[in-house]
Amino acid sequence: MAFLDSPRIVTSRKDFADSFTLTRYLATGGYAGLTKALSMFPEQVAAEVDAASLLGRGGAGFPAGRKWSMLRKSAVSYLVVNGDESEPATFKDHYLVERDPHQLVEGVIIAAYALQVTRAFIFLRGEFALGLERVQQAVNEAYEHGALGRHIFGSSFSLDIVVHPGAGAYICGEETSLIEALEGKRGFPRIKPPFFPAVTGLYGEPTVVNNVETMSNLPWIVTHSGAAFAALGAGRSTGTRLFALAGRVNNPGVYEIEMVKNTFRDIIYDPALGGGVIGDKAVRAIIPGGVSAPWFGPDQLDLALGQDEVAAEGSMLGSGSIVVLDEDSCVVRAAWRITKFFSRESCGQCTPCREGSGWLERILYRLEHGGGRVEDLDLLLDLADNIAPGLTWPPQQTTICVLGSSIPSSIHSALSLFRDDFVAHVDHGSCPHG
Amino acid sequence: MSHLRTEMRQRAEELVSLYPSRRSAMLPLLHLCQEQDGYLTDEAMAEVAELTGTTPAEVRGTASFYDMFHLEPVGRYVVGVCTNIACLLRGGEELLAHASEVLGCAVGATSDDGLFTLEETECLADCNVAPVVQVNHRYVRTTTPEAFDGLVADLRAGRLDHDVPPHGTLIRVRRSGGLRVDSAEIAAERASARDARALREQ
Amino acid sequence: MADETPTTVTITLNGRPVVAAPGELLISVAERAGTYIPRFCYHPRMEPVGVCRMCLVEVEGPRGATLQPSCYLRVNDGMAVVTDSEKVKKAQDGVLEFLLANHPLDCPVCDKGGECPLQDQTLAHGSGETRFVEEKRHFEKPIPIGELVLLDRERCIQCSRCTRFAAEVAGDAQIDFAGRGDLLEVAPSPTQPFDSVFSGNTVQICPVGALTAKPYRFSARPWDLDQVESTCTTCAVGCRIAVQSSGGRLSRVLGLDSDAVNHGWLCDKGRFSLDSVDGNEESTDVLSPATRVSVPMVREDGVLTPTSWSHALARAAAVLGESSRGPDGVGVIGGAALTNEAAYAWSRFAREVLDTEHVDCHYGDGLDGRLLQALPGATINDAASARVIVTLTGDLRQELPVLYLRLREAVRQKSALIEFAFGASALRSLARVALAVRPGEAHLVAHALAGETPTADIAASAADIASARELLGDGEGVVVVVGRPNLAEDPAVIETALRTLAERFPRARFLVALRRANVRGALDMGLAPGLAPGRRLGAPGRDTLAQIDALSSGAQSAVVLLGGCLLGNVLDVERARAALERAHVVAVTGHGGASLAYADVVLPAAVSHERRGTVTNLEGRVSALAAKVAAPGSAWDDVTIAAELAVALGASPEVTSLEVAAKLLEETTGYPALSVLNDASADGVLASTGERSARRTLDPMAFPGVRSTDALGQGEFAGDTVLAHAHGHGSSAPVTWDQVTAGSGVALPHVDAYSLRLFASRRLYDHGIAMSGSPSLRGLIDETTLRAHHADLDRLGLVTGDTVSVVGENERVTLPVASDDAVPRGVAEVGFGTRRDGENLLSRLCSSQTLTLVRLESR
Ligand SMILES: Cc1cc2nc3c(=O)[nH]c(=O)nc-3n(C[C@H](O)[C@H](O)[C@H](O)COP(=O)(O)O)c2cc1C
Ligand code: SF4
Ligand code: FES
Repeated sequence: MAFLDSPRIVTSRKDFADSFTLTRYLATGGYAGLTKALSMFPEQVAAEVDAASLLGRGGAGFPAGRKWSMLRKSAVSYLVVNGDESEPATFKDHYLVERDPHQLVEGVIIAAYALQVTRAFIFLRGEFALGLERVQQAVNEAYEHGALGRHIFGSSFSLDIVVHPGAGAYICGEETSLIEALEGKRGFPRIKPPFFPAVTGLYGEPTVVNNVETMSNLPWIVTHSGAAFAALGAGRSTGTRLFALAGRVNNPGVYEIEMVKNTFRDIIYDPALGGGVIGDKAVRAIIPGGVSAPWFGPDQLDLALGQDEVAAEGSMLGSGSIVVLDEDSCVVRAAWRITKFFSRESCGQCTPCREGSGWLERILYRLEHGGGRVEDLDLLLDLADNIAPGLTWPPQQTTICVLGSSIPSSIHSALSLFRDDFVAHVDHGSCPHG
Repeated sequence: MSHLRTEMRQRAEELVSLYPSRRSAMLPLLHLCQEQDGYLTDEAMAEVAELTGTTPAEVRGTASFYDMFHLEPVGRYVVGVCTNIACLLRGGEELLAHASEVLGCAVGATSDDGLFTLEETECLADCNVAPVVQVNHRYVRTTTPEAFDGLVADLRAGRLDHDVPPHGTLIRVRRSGGLRVDSAEIAAERASARDARALREQ
Repeated sequence: MADETPTTVTITLNGRPVVAAPGELLISVAERAGTYIPRFCYHPRMEPVGVCRMCLVEVEGPRGATLQPSCYLRVNDGMAVVTDSEKVKKAQDGVLEFLLANHPLDCPVCDKGGECPLQDQTLAHGSGETRFVEEKRHFEKPIPIGELVLLDRERCIQCSRCTRFAAEVAGDAQIDFAGRGDLLEVAPSPTQPFDSVFSGNTVQICPVGALTAKPYRFSARPWDLDQVESTCTTCAVGCRIAVQSSGGRLSRVLGLDSDAVNHGWLCDKGRFSLDSVDGNEESTDVLSPATRVSVPMVREDGVLTPTSWSHALARAAAVLGESSRGPDGVGVIGGAALTNEAAYAWSRFAREVLDTEHVDCHYGDGLDGRLLQALPGATINDAASARVIVTLTGDLRQELPVLYLRLREAVRQKSALIEFAFGASALRSLARVALAVRPGEAHLVAHALAGETPTADIAASAADIASARELLGDGEGVVVVVGRPNLAEDPAVIETALRTLAERFPRARFLVALRRANVRGALDMGLAPGLAPGRRLGAPGRDTLAQIDALSSGAQSAVVLLGGCLLGNVLDVERARAALERAHVVAVTGHGGASLAYADVVLPAAVSHERRGTVTNLEGRVSALAAKVAAPGSAWDDVTIAAELAVALGASPEVTSLEVAAKLLEETTGYPALSVLNDASADGVLASTGERSARRTLDPMAFPGVRSTDALGQGEFAGDTVLAHAHGHGSSAPVTWDQVTAGSGVALPHVDAYSLRLFASRRLYDHGIAMSGSPSLRGLIDETTLRAHHADLDRLGLVTGDTVSVVGENERVTLPVASDDAVPRGVAEVGFGTRRDGENLLSRLCSSQTLTLVRLESR
């Protein structure tokens, strides 16, 4: 299996129980990347990251090198690390912050050096109490170790990192909303234009926002070169990626896999990975990339796990999560629960998202609980169309951020792939499957 | 008179000093208040308003946006059971129903003895041990009804006091010291470094 | 290369080319071009947020046409926009349907029913049939969120107009969104209700019936309302308003958007005090300001007794006639609440019939009128676009609330603010420099700004003085807003400061911010010593305090009180009481008041919303007042009363009616009066500046509830130069600077280390007629509190909420204290106004207007 051959980039300390300590980190090559970075010019470090073609791991898959180059020149700028990980069934950043916090901190220092910022914020999901403690501990140790603060490792570079706890709101993963939360406000996404935080971000200053996993790749990239990273994977999807496999599989978990070289089938069925579907049932649907993504049916099992490959089939790798529904899973219930999630997590600014999510959720609840009407199926699609006109992929927007336009995905997928199930719910008041 | 106890107030002021704008300390400060009182009292929110240069309405409005903040008293243990898609597929709803029965309180309510508040949560990002249960934001990795019963017994007996601190206590590791870098100084240093480099390159 | 920033751009709107300024909002460009895009969250006077998504239109872009919020999008050259496609219509209908999903259909019982933008949109766009079969969101029915505002959360459409107004425009974010998603609700804090003095504006701009005003609730249905446009006379800002009545009774006042003045906003005192006009019908005590005086009265056997007009006029004539035969026998006090025409009539009546120069519209709280008229003037717009604004005033939010809003906006956007920091001030947090000023030293600070070494220690730091001087430069682009911050201080302090600033910074201009409603008009009509009608120099006479002294000593024997209430307005109530005790008093008033205890004759007058005329706001803008309802009983308008009294005194007055007064005023002095009156509905012709503001059609969504949607007159400007065109009038001449430069000098007592200097400040919610006569507002009158710097309170171990014994010049009073570091050290700030039945606690602390020292003793 190809995945076994690829180097472990962000999970190299997987087998150490004390992987989160400074001692272990230093004993396993920790802070070598930073030392090397500090011997280079900042632009050279950025050039390596650009050469690596490191796609952002937060969901949008935007190349980190390009994002950095867009940072508006200004006297003050900031680096913000997105560790809000709340996309359902995504739990890879959780793994990284708890198991390898120093790797994250080192990555942040490297990025800050490349960007020449003096203050970075690591925004961590509030529910990660242990992760917050581990990262704070790592930051404290980094200061003691001379890797943070004034004149890092004797160089002329200085940096402060502040660990900032979130407080329970999915939307704060959206970068402008995260910035609002960091400014002490409600997590209302900011309206565009300006389009990128790199132009106007935290406190109105240019800001780079990158995901935890994106940052965690940097020590390896600097140590081994961008070219070595780019040699892994294929096309635009370089390096490895963490996939969070969940749902009806025998071994759910976080797996580091070389990009493009493996398929959905590999990750679900390989004994070293997902180990197959529970009770050897058939796969009914796969939700790749988080609940915002359109679903795949069993016929897409052999699709390669690459950003463009998945996009070409009308969905996305997104946050790197893969949820498996088996033949006994009720798709109406799944679509309802996902819509309920969006309804609970809508920030409430835009009418279509705020009201639309709740309305859709209530219709689906009715269908799932036996109160459905035939006309509800068209109503679902029409309301979904009012939120994301045309129900295209990628979706068109009527809202400020893409949470709104993500709402229709699961409903549209479930109805397109399994309309009969919905009709059966209407007819029989219950699910023919689960 | 400060509502925050002396040591808490001191920590609060340290938090404020970490940010370029006072208001940025809002979420950490609210966590701090919750650590002291278990939930956000009106007095605490008024004090956060003063610390962050906002109004009590803004503090309340901001706090109420976030699920982790409680504006009403809660039990010593806030038990969260996830029912989002990954957990749904592995019995999250059933476990939540079981929890409600065992704890003797409806979802969203607090048990009569004031010990437990039960919540249905959205995905808690630990889906490999689904359905996910958290107590006071600690993962307890309890996925079956039987294991849940054991958890409740342990909590009642105080056997998990070390792992599960009272509600509101979030980050037990303190930041060591404040900011170390003076941005203005750095800017000056950097400008002179640029000049030196320009000279070298000439 | 030449600067090639284009001055216009052309966009394509539904296939038609439309020209706009670069950066303008698409929604307003389209509106001007006749394409009205539906909207909810957008309000032309607030920053756009683009949240309701009602205004989505198709905009051509690199990836084809996409839906964009037109309220947020700024136009650029070549932009192609479609507002009427199927896709746009579906999106907009979708938003409307979503909004209605949770909105109750209780229009028949909703205050907004009949004038509701959501209802109107639904009728215009909606399919009428609901596809929403689930249960709607439920909340407890209306909850009070403040003293004057109720919130019905079920009706809220989360447009954030109210919360944005509170945070952005008013600067008191006492309400904010709470919750998230479809549970988002507007909420105050339990520890701080929504008691902003601007709360009513949120009711006015709420596009649904979610926010309602307690005073207006259920009082009228929109279709029964009848409307006129008028000017608010609660303070000197002169906001444009729509006054609505139903069945002959006043129902509601709404703000109109006068670009030059109030931008549509009002303060709650202006908005809600209309029930003081109807009066508290149960109240019959003429000594109470809550009582409307509606019939003539004369004192019989010591008791004021209703009588006929002819009898009352005859009595008044007898009293005044006798006194006016003696030298300096009669004087006139008051008149700042009159219309210009009435002030003109009384000004001429005093001079020509009573033969006296003792006229004064201030109650000892003004500044030398001649000085004010000689200053180079500035308009509100001038101040709001100044490079540097200097405030030499009390807390403007308390004194002139809407001027505060205008300046706040300017300072937030671009103007630098230098504050003479006398005490607590709502603008403080925005000030670039706050110069701490203790009572009795404003002139010393002005000297220091002028570059002279102060002769005594001042509280302002050298560093602050230096930064202020740097900002001031040579005065170019500087507007000084000047008022009378401290009632317990010799006016010479501010007058001297003013002179210094005007002389040292000759390019600076001045906006006079005295607070009483038509004080500017009254001064322009000559209702002050040394002035004559038409902004002319007159002969010297006694001001209010001098008249009080003269009445006490017997040098003057009679006084006519015009409106207001002398005793409610002077600092030293006892001295005034003693004077009235000895005097013959004729009171011309629409309201009761303590002074009437001394009146021999009371002549009932019409008040606001019952009379026509013009008024002049603080910047000199003359605008019209409309009569919406009839005055009660047999009350007359003030012009008629002056004319009839003159006749009763055997004179044949030239001024016999409002129209005659306006005509004479304009013809003889050039002062805009008749033209404004006759053209009350025309657009503003700003005579002196040549500014012309186009008549605009109001966006009904911006001003729900305003019946007619034509933006009406903004009035004419009676500023500096306008009167140069006058036809000339007798021997008097316009006031010039050299006539007022001789300062009276300032002599102040020595301050010892244990005393605090008293700063008697003004409160908006004072015990004046507007408040105490208004059943809705009466409960809001401020409690008198002593504010001081925490260091001064620390010395006595006092904290906020304690009470303290204050030893003043006269006696000691007990007051609650509040620690407030906005008050300079060594100063005790006490607001003029108390809820204790109008009893003025300040008057027990001080009797003189020179610097007053008080001592605090903890109890
Ligand atoms: C609704 C929503 C939720 C998001 N949640 C997350 C998240 O939890 N973690 C994350 O890293 N990015 C999340 N993103 C993506 C971020 O906006 C942003 O693109 C990302 O943090 C950039 O980092 P990257 O370039 O390193 O991927 C979310 C985006 C949206 C629209
Ligand atoms: S209360 Fe009215 S103004 Fe405020 S958000 Fe709701 S609908 Fe808008
Ligand atoms: S989004 Fe434009 S008016 Fe609300």
